[in-house]
Amino acid sequence: MSYLALTDADRDAMLETIGVASLDELFADLPAGVRFDRALELPPALTELELTTYFEQLASANQRREAHVSFLGAGLYDHYVPAVVDAVLQRGELLTAYTPYQPELSQGVLQAIFEYQTAICELTGMDVSNASGYDGTTVAADACYIAKHVTGRSKVVITEATNPQVRQVVKTYAPGFGLEVAEVPHRDGATDPDELRAAAADAACAIFQQPNFFGVLEPAPELAAAAADAEALAVAHVDPLSLGVLEAPGHYGCALAIGEGQPAGNHISFGGPHYGFLAARSEFIRRMPGRIVGETTDAAGNRGYVLTLQTREQHIRREKATSNITTNQTLLALAGLVYLSWLGPQGLRDVGETCMALAEYAKERLGLPLLFSDRTTFKEFAVRVGRNAREVVREALGQGVHPGYALGRDYPGMDDVLLVAVTERRTKAEIDRLAEVLGT
Amino acid sequence: MAAEGYPDDLRYHSEHDWARIDGDEATFGITWFAQDALGELVHFEPPEEGATVTRDQVYAEVESVKAVSDVVAPLSGEILEVNQALADAPETVNADPYGDGWITRVRLSDPSEADTLMDSEAYMRFLAAQA
Amino acid sequence: MKLIFEKSRPGRRAGRIPGPGLPAPDIPGELRRAEPPRLPEVAEPDLLRHYTELSTRNFGIDTGFYPLGSCTMKHNPRVNERLAALPGFRDLHPLEDEERTQGALRLCFELQEALAEITGLDAVSLQPAAGSQGELTGLMLMRAYFAERGEDERRRKIVIPDTAHGTNPASVTMGGYELTNVQTDPRGNIDVDDLRAKVDETTAGLMLTNPSTLGLFDENIEEISGIFHEAGALMYYDGANLNAVCGISRPGDMGFEIVHINLHKTFSQPHGGGGPGGGPITVSKRLEPFLPAPAIVRDGDGDGGGFRLDYDRPQSIGKVRGFLGPFGVFVRSYAFIRAYGPALREMSEVAVLNANYLLALLRDAYELPFDRLCMHEFVLSARRLKREHGVTALDVAKRLMDYGFHPPTIYFPLIVPEALMLEPTETEARETLDAFADALKAIAREAAEQPELLKEAPHGTPVGRLDEVKAAKRAVVRYQFEEHPDLSAEPAAAGVEAPKGA
Repeated sequence: MSYLALTDADRDAMLETIGVASLDELFADLPAGVRFDRALELPPALTELELTTYFEQLASANQRREAHVSFLGAGLYDHYVPAVVDAVLQRGELLTAYTPYQPELSQGVLQAIFEYQTAICELTGMDVSNASGYDGTTVAADACYIAKHVTGRSKVVITEATNPQVRQVVKTYAPGFGLEVAEVPHRDGATDPDELRAAAADAACAIFQQPNFFGVLEPAPELAAAAADAEALAVAHVDPLSLGVLEAPGHYGCALAIGEGQPAGNHISFGGPHYGFLAARSEFIRRMPGRIVGETTDAAGNRGYVLTLQTREQHIRREKATSNITTNQTLLALAGLVYLSWLGPQGLRDVGETCMALAEYAKERLGLPLLFSDRTTFKEFAVRVGRNAREVVREALGQGVHPGYALGRDYPGMDDVLLVAVTERRTKAEIDRLAEVLGT
Repeated sequence: MAAEGYPDDLRYHSEHDWARIDGDEATFGITWFAQDALGELVHFEPPEEGATVTRDQVYAEVESVKAVSDVVAPLSGEILEVNQALADAPETVNADPYGDGWITRVRLSDPSEADTLMDSEAYMRFLAAQA
Repeated sequence: MKLIFEKSRPGRRAGRIPGPGLPAPDIPGELRRAEPPRLPEVAEPDLLRHYTELSTRNFGIDTGFYPLGSCTMKHNPRVNERLAALPGFRDLHPLEDEERTQGALRLCFELQEALAEITGLDAVSLQPAAGSQGELTGLMLMRAYFAERGEDERRRKIVIPDTAHGTNPASVTMGGYELTNVQTDPRGNIDVDDLRAKVDETTAGLMLTNPSTLGLFDENIEEISGIFHEAGALMYYDGANLNAVCGISRPGDMGFEIVHINLHKTFSQPHGGGGPGGGPITVSKRLEPFLPAPAIVRDGDGDGGGFRLDYDRPQSIGKVRGFLGPFGVFVRSYAFIRAYGPALREMSEVAVLNANYLLALLRDAYELPFDRLCMHEFVLSARRLKREHGVTALDVAKRLMDYGFHPPTIYFPLIVPEALMLEPTETEARETLDAFADALKAIAREAAEQPELLKEAPHGTPVGRLDEVKAAKRAVVRYQFEEHPDLSAEPAAAGVEAPKGA
């Protein structure tokens, strides 16, 4: 078979060494009642060549990137992934390695994670980062779990302007954590700090998104202060590519910073795999879920890296662990690190400014009524298209443009609203084309 | 690290905690066996002064690289003092588990509970039976 | 080796963004970044050299034999990387209308069908991002099922064996349940008498992996299944060891109603140094309504039917992860399954053959705590070496590195002292197993004759044994630029390492 080295001669010799006459004897312990006595009903085996043909067919039955210009965002974004990222991820020593439990053989991965932790701390203005969470939704659940144990409170608050999937995942995890979830409605596309303060009065944490799901810039420092007034942990869910132009959560009073890492170095890949990031002030280090890499030395004084504070984790702490997480998203986080290193601080600022500037250009060229006309936005903005937005999307696709996300799926009263995302991959010409297709 | 030993002026709990009883007060700590099993301590999670401790129940945690261990109260009472020096130097417990490595001092609520504890010979027999 | 931050020089950069020639945007003062983050400033050649050098200081399956028990470190087929990178998959946005994602939805649907067939169950969710998340999702399903029957207040306990992987009790706590531990008998099976005493109407379910972490198939699985079913409880199968039984025995047929599968173990998704993984779950018909939403369904029968997402799932527990799950992982796993077809059975047979062969080679040099034929993995104890020569399982593991092998899992499962848990997998050739066994036997002899070779191992790696006590106490978890401490100037502690998880 495809990946097996075993020959008949091997099999015979090995059975003899074991001391059994046939393979079947190796399964003698299986009770008759649980033996599977037929062949698995699966399509017949394919050679590599046939596999490639079949999967190419499946791939081409999807929307091709080059067949349209896309302004679709809503949580995952068409940012450029440079070739060096793909090149590093294909190094077999990194790609095919397990979690670095034997540090002498794993200094590559361990140092890379240490560098990633540093990069995330720099981006978010925090003191400690873990080695990654599953994605931008589950890290919100992680933040709630930390806040519950730190404050002893059994309620969490999240803004309505936070990504709907993030809110859904928090609500799915909350009952098992013994937490109640309260939402703070948006007011004209942003969150009122006074309302947040009131809602957070007995909450373990208050989660807000910056920029929020509508692309709007929230009054983040005031929201953080409002949470602190209520003695709840302020948790900011942030876009990593905004942090070259927007202030870091750690610099305006947040306890935790979380987010979806995909914009920084991951292909969209129909929803995953990506990485979630989670960073915190130093006082929360012992409550952090997931792996953390620390620096140390060997007996000869050489610097080296190890998984540390492992007593938090499941393989030691078991039922008292800070999380059950084991496999996380290391390779994707490594992609993020390579990407951020490729950009550097100037590049990060350029990406942020470019996205914002192109989005402003798009607002002007489209000339459509903005849903939240008084708000500053980052790389996404909501416009009213005058009729059912999903229809508008369908028609635009017929002309080779995806104009954006129909917000009516997630928010009542917004069936005629499109959320338009503009990344640094878009050009003025493409935006002009969008305007043309939307007939404006 | 300290040499193995179980002083005979102390009383011992099956969860490897000791008590030095002094009238209606007592000092608690963990035994040589416990610190040896854990390895060098890296962290100490102290209880609050004034808190109540209950015999057989967990009142603090100590942590090494390879394990976290509950510290169990051998007797019940109210915490008078916590060894705050352990916060910065938890390894003191390894070096001197019965002296400078003491964990907490309490006012006993029921001194007769001491009858439930082992003396040093009984504890050493208990350890031998476990091995 | 330096950190990328230490190679940074002001003004250098690798990437550039096209400038659209538009005015810089206006950001309100209180929201504007005051100081830029200190990301590395390096040019592309040095960037690539740095990460290439890091990769040379790492050991993957591509490097050599990697027999980590319960991790299933099998070969990661290279064609799968190509397939996951096909632009029609790689650049596809999950919020595109379904008519434009039919190829991706078909792939997911077909993967679901294959996983249902392999596990002997009826319905599937691909959403969970890893095995642990699959476990948590399974526990949420249990709660939803019992809530519907008005039994959730009463049923608070989950039973797990003392050989369980640490994720199981951690998931139990995160799921809001209480733990009941059950013992293992001398044959390595769950102690059925102990179990019978502990299962009652307050039990929600069992979490079990079969074969267990000892690599042994539980001979009493039918009786165990009976006990739980009589008590009205559910059985959850931890799929970490599924590599032993594909096409040979199905968890659904053993009585399990919820199964999680580790795509990064059984189905060849590369481990990536710690992820990504995939932890899809398969369930019986009666648990289907509670699965995470949306479900991926096919309209109509046969090939003509279109695929769509069904959000109308009123009893669903909700969502455990964004979108449909880690799609790139599905591509690789499904390709792996399609490369084998029904011959997945042969994959498991060879996994079990390889493990028994290695066991036969090593059983005399080390102690075998459970004297049975094993499944896809087995546990040895180095206890005799410790008693007679003062060397530990840890020392053996470190010395194996000098022989060019990755060590097995050590100190797990907890019920075996000085445990070495070995899982060769099916993709290893006999000579590799022979060479590994020879190395382990040589190390056993060295333990007697030259124990310092083990104690001071490894010898050829970029660093020697690292001071984990110092790492935990100092907790230097990021580079601190000018304030970065020089840990070599600080005193060392006695060499102690944390247990190696599986």
